[in-house]
Amino acid sequence: MRGVQKLAWVEVKLFIREPIALVFAFAFPFFMLFVLAGVFGNDVDPADEENLRVWRGVGPSDYYVSTYVGLVMASAGLVTLPLRLAAYRDAGVLRRYRAAGVSVPVVLGAQVLVSLGMSVLAAAGIIVSSTLVYGTALPESWPLVIAGIGLGLLTFSCIGVLLGAILPSARAVQGAGLTLFFVMMMISGSGPPLEVLTSAMRAVSNAMPLTHLNLVVQDAWLGFGWSWAESLITLAFGAASGILAVRFFRWE
Amino acid sequence: MTDESPAQATANQANLERAAADRAVAVDGLTKIYDRVRAVDGVSFDVRAGEIFGIIGSNGSGKTTTVECLQGLRRRDGGAVSVLGLDPGAQRDALRHRIGSQLQESALPERLKVWEALDLFAALSPRARDWRRLVEEWGLHEKRQAAFSDLSGGQRQRLFVALALVNDPEVVFLDEMTTGLDPSARHAAWDLVRQVRERGTTVVLVTHFMDEAEALCDRIAVFESGTIAAIDSPAALVARFADQSIVHFSHDGDDLPWLDGCPGVQSVARHGTRYTVTGEGPLLAYVGAALVTHGIAPLDLRGERATLEEAFLRITAKKAGAA
Repeated sequence: MRGVQKLAWVEVKLFIREPIALVFAFAFPFFMLFVLAGVFGNDVDPADEENLRVWRGVGPSDYYVSTYVGLVMASAGLVTLPLRLAAYRDAGVLRRYRAAGVSVPVVLGAQVLVSLGMSVLAAAGIIVSSTLVYGTALPESWPLVIAGIGLGLLTFSCIGVLLGAILPSARAVQGAGLTLFFVMMMISGSGPPLEVLTSAMRAVSNAMPLTHLNLVVQDAWLGFGWSWAESLITLAFGAASGILAVRFFRWE
Repeated sequence: MTDESPAQATANQANLERAAADRAVAVDGLTKIYDRVRAVDGVSFDVRAGEIFGIIGSNGSGKTTTVECLQGLRRRDGGAVSVLGLDPGAQRDALRHRIGSQLQESALPERLKVWEALDLFAALSPRARDWRRLVEEWGLHEKRQAAFSDLSGGQRQRLFVALALVNDPEVVFLDEMTTGLDPSARHAAWDLVRQVRERGTTVVLVTHFMDEAEALCDRIAVFESGTIAAIDSPAALVARFADQSIVHFSHDGDDLPWLDGCPGVQSVARHGTRYTVTGEGPLLAYVGAALVTHGIAPLDLRGERATLEEAFLRITAKKAGAA
């Protein structure tokens, strides 16, 4: 147990020493927050039915804030976590750990712990700055939002480990992970609202785990309750990724 | 792909473990196949407790694969292996804290500092020794705050050896330990390896530096295309495979025809005053005795013995010729 703690603590220190990881965890979601809140504001016109439909009856900034929390988890799971795992494998770090008797759960557990910690910090940062700077609404139901965030952390940790396990190299993770991240950033709810996507875009959007996660957290945030359908779909993405990740994990 | 049934393999393994109680490592018919190529093909050897055992061979001769199988880092495809009485395949977890590994190709996270690496690996082992002493011994004190990526090749290598020793192993596997070290650091590393052995650790040393094997090892296995071509002490390997001696001296005067009759002499060549006698066995002693008997005592009389390197080249050339 001392080993897991030590490894996780070392990974935290390494994470902080790696500027690119910090940029990814924190910069993109904040950047989106400031740009889109600046462009759309947070006004609702009760008479404009089309507008109400697109923004689910709330102001654009209120609509978006929960999706930035989703974006934080997606960036950790699609880029930071798999990139680190793949880079470790490429360089022989995993091989070195294995020879020292470190088990798969310890290696992955330490990485996931760090990823979770950073995601929680970044999510808290989004919530605080959005509320303070743009006066966006706080969650209607904290327990449901926290449950949704927990679901997202779990799902994207599994996806991260899967990408890190199956992609052949850190280079491949950079390509595939970043592509997935930008696609999800654009069409999973943190870019144009889902209602204005074309039907083709909507089909792609539905194949993305972040779309479903965003709906879960957004529903909870805006007081629409807990979406069982969306949360089960999200969970299915996570479970499938987790099972495949354990199956395909490679030390070298 | 194995040559034996699972039941037979289990029985072979049990027999080997019983027979190998007093040995640090016992290997019987180890086979490892990559894509139908027998990278290791029926290798058998023992390493005695407290020994420095060398494994030498050309690139791709199966050295690293063999020690990786011994450490449980690769699954063997045939044969029986016992390390400290345990099967590294089936009992890896029990074994791994009792052995130390310095791997040929591995790395640490770039921004990990030297002291953090040692502290981490000590925490990962239930029986760690004080890593601060290893920092001193392996000359890493000045670099303890340096990040892994800022270390030179030699410093990285020393850190890896220190990491292999941090759990105070009973057997340590050193694979190309001195690659990247400058000559003085190499000699310092040799002294440390001798100290490691004096503390009771058995050392399995993979190297392609013949001088290193000759200086350090009690016994050496010469690997060639996945098999062991020869196994013996360095001196015995030289005596058996490169028993060529040359004696040089200067003599100003008549030819010395009686030299041809000395034991072991094969040929005598003279260039001006300089003689070169070629032969086998303890040539220097015989030639020296004969010279003194004839009233000649050259000041520059000296002998040249074949080195392990020559023996190695003969062993591998013979093998290639036979194949």
